[in-house]
Amino acid sequence: MEQALNWETFWWTTLGVFLTLSTFSFLYKDNPFYKFAEHLVVGVSAGYFVIILYYNGLRPNLLDHLFMSNTWTPRFDQLYYLLPLILGVLMWARFSKKWSWVSRYPIALYIGIATGIAIPLEMRNRVIQQVYGTVGQTGFDFAKPGFFGIPSGIWDVILVILVIASLVYFFFSKEHKGWFGGLAKLGIYTLMIGFGASFGYTVMARISLFIQRVQYIKSWWEMFT
Amino acid sequence: MTNETDKKLTFNERLMSIDRRWVFLVLAIFVVVPLILGFSVKPVVSDEVRAIYDFVENLEPGQNLLVAIDYDPNALAELHPMAFAIMEQALAKRLKLVTLTLSQNGAGMAEQAVKAVVDSVKMYHGYTPEYGKDYVFLGYRPYFALVILGMGQNFRIPFPKDYYSTPLDSMPIMAKIQNYDQIAGVIDITGSNVADAWIAYGNGRYGVKVALGLTGVSASDYYPFYQSKQIIGLMGGMKGAAEYEFLCKNPGPATEAMGVQTFAHIVIIGFIVIGNIGYFLDKREKAKRKKEM
Repeated sequence: MEQALNWETFWWTTLGVFLTLSTFSFLYKDNPFYKFAEHLVVGVSAGYFVIILYYNGLRPNLLDHLFMSNTWTPRFDQLYYLLPLILGVLMWARFSKKWSWVSRYPIALYIGIATGIAIPLEMRNRVIQQVYGTVGQTGFDFAKPGFFGIPSGIWDVILVILVIASLVYFFFSKEHKGWFGGLAKLGIYTLMIGFGASFGYTVMARISLFIQRVQYIKSWWEMFT
Repeated sequence: MTNETDKKLTFNERLMSIDRRWVFLVLAIFVVVPLILGFSVKPVVSDEVRAIYDFVENLEPGQNLLVAIDYDPNALAELHPMAFAIMEQALAKRLKLVTLTLSQNGAGMAEQAVKAVVDSVKMYHGYTPEYGKDYVFLGYRPYFALVILGMGQNFRIPFPKDYYSTPLDSMPIMAKIQNYDQIAGVIDITGSNVADAWIAYGNGRYGVKVALGLTGVSASDYYPFYQSKQIIGLMGGMKGAAEYEFLCKNPGPATEAMGVQTFAHIVIIGFIVIGNIGYFLDKREKAKRKKEM
């Protein structure tokens, strides 16, 4: 049975195809179609973000506490919400040469709270847990097969050596010569392998974006067939 | 004028300075043609992707799973297939699905994704999930770190209402959920540093199990967290999504794309090899000339 064409979907999809092709036209050279698509995406994103921020941030987190939702009648039971409002407004003082010093107070408070929360957790997650993950959690099990049939214990030893070698590369208080230089060089190769993996993933990511747009154009084309 | 410049270039130099537009054109051909012809490859499932699948699969019906759709439309190509596959798997298993987004431009897209998954579950699994009872979309709140910390105390702090302004307490699904203690695990699908916050605050501060679905660009940065068991699993880019679709026996856009990726990667490797041949030939020629002088 032939399916009826939904004109609304068709026109929006067609617009999407036009904007996709306009964006890709930059690969040949800069042109007005690309500029139009570029400005449109920046403008729409900014406008969308402002509305989303108002309805999902400012309104539920502040305005709904200070005013009744529908009538905008002031509420007097949660007046302490004026404090974050005042702190927020003070941030805007940065735009005045005379009053910019006032903005330091809310910024100091914000940074103080953020730092207090972040430092202990980041220390735990990025340092202690990572060191434990490298040395403490490696089993050094020489009976268990790992990659390419090589025992996983051997891979664990290699892992620890390469981590130390990478750290040695960033140790600049001793000249990179002799065995120390050799270890630093091994560190460079380790880092290169890491960067290579990142590069490979990045290539895949960029191609994925292109493939998705081609899939989109294909779906538009299939509307005609 | 371009031709005059071209005439001066040696063969080696030409290899190293191919006009990028030729590269784009060849790449476009090798993407479009396999996509039209429908070439596919069978993905090899990695341990880190299987870990997420097994985790979801081993949950009991009725348990709560939180899927954070923390990405903008610009990462949709890689992350949508992951979100679709996981949410469909969860609903088909009769898990209670809590969804939200911590990405400012992702709210509308995330809502559409949840609706599309529900439609798909209705169509292919013969089960009609009910909003507010079987799944919920909490919407977006700014400042992701504070939201993640807030949910650790009580979901009602950052989200007193859901995306449609329904109070959380009026929904059966949220009646038994106060904080992460009632959540079996969080699957964060993101292309930004929201993943760091989920690891640091969700897992580090409150001990909730976290798994990540990431864009290819950021995937390699998070493998250390998998190795240190701070996350239970990781999906990287389109490949990770294709592996997950394969495990769920639910082939989608990622599976279709991986066949095309194969061709695209061969083209890129080919151009890298051409550039390197040019580089080494040029190096040898210069050394030879230097010797003759």
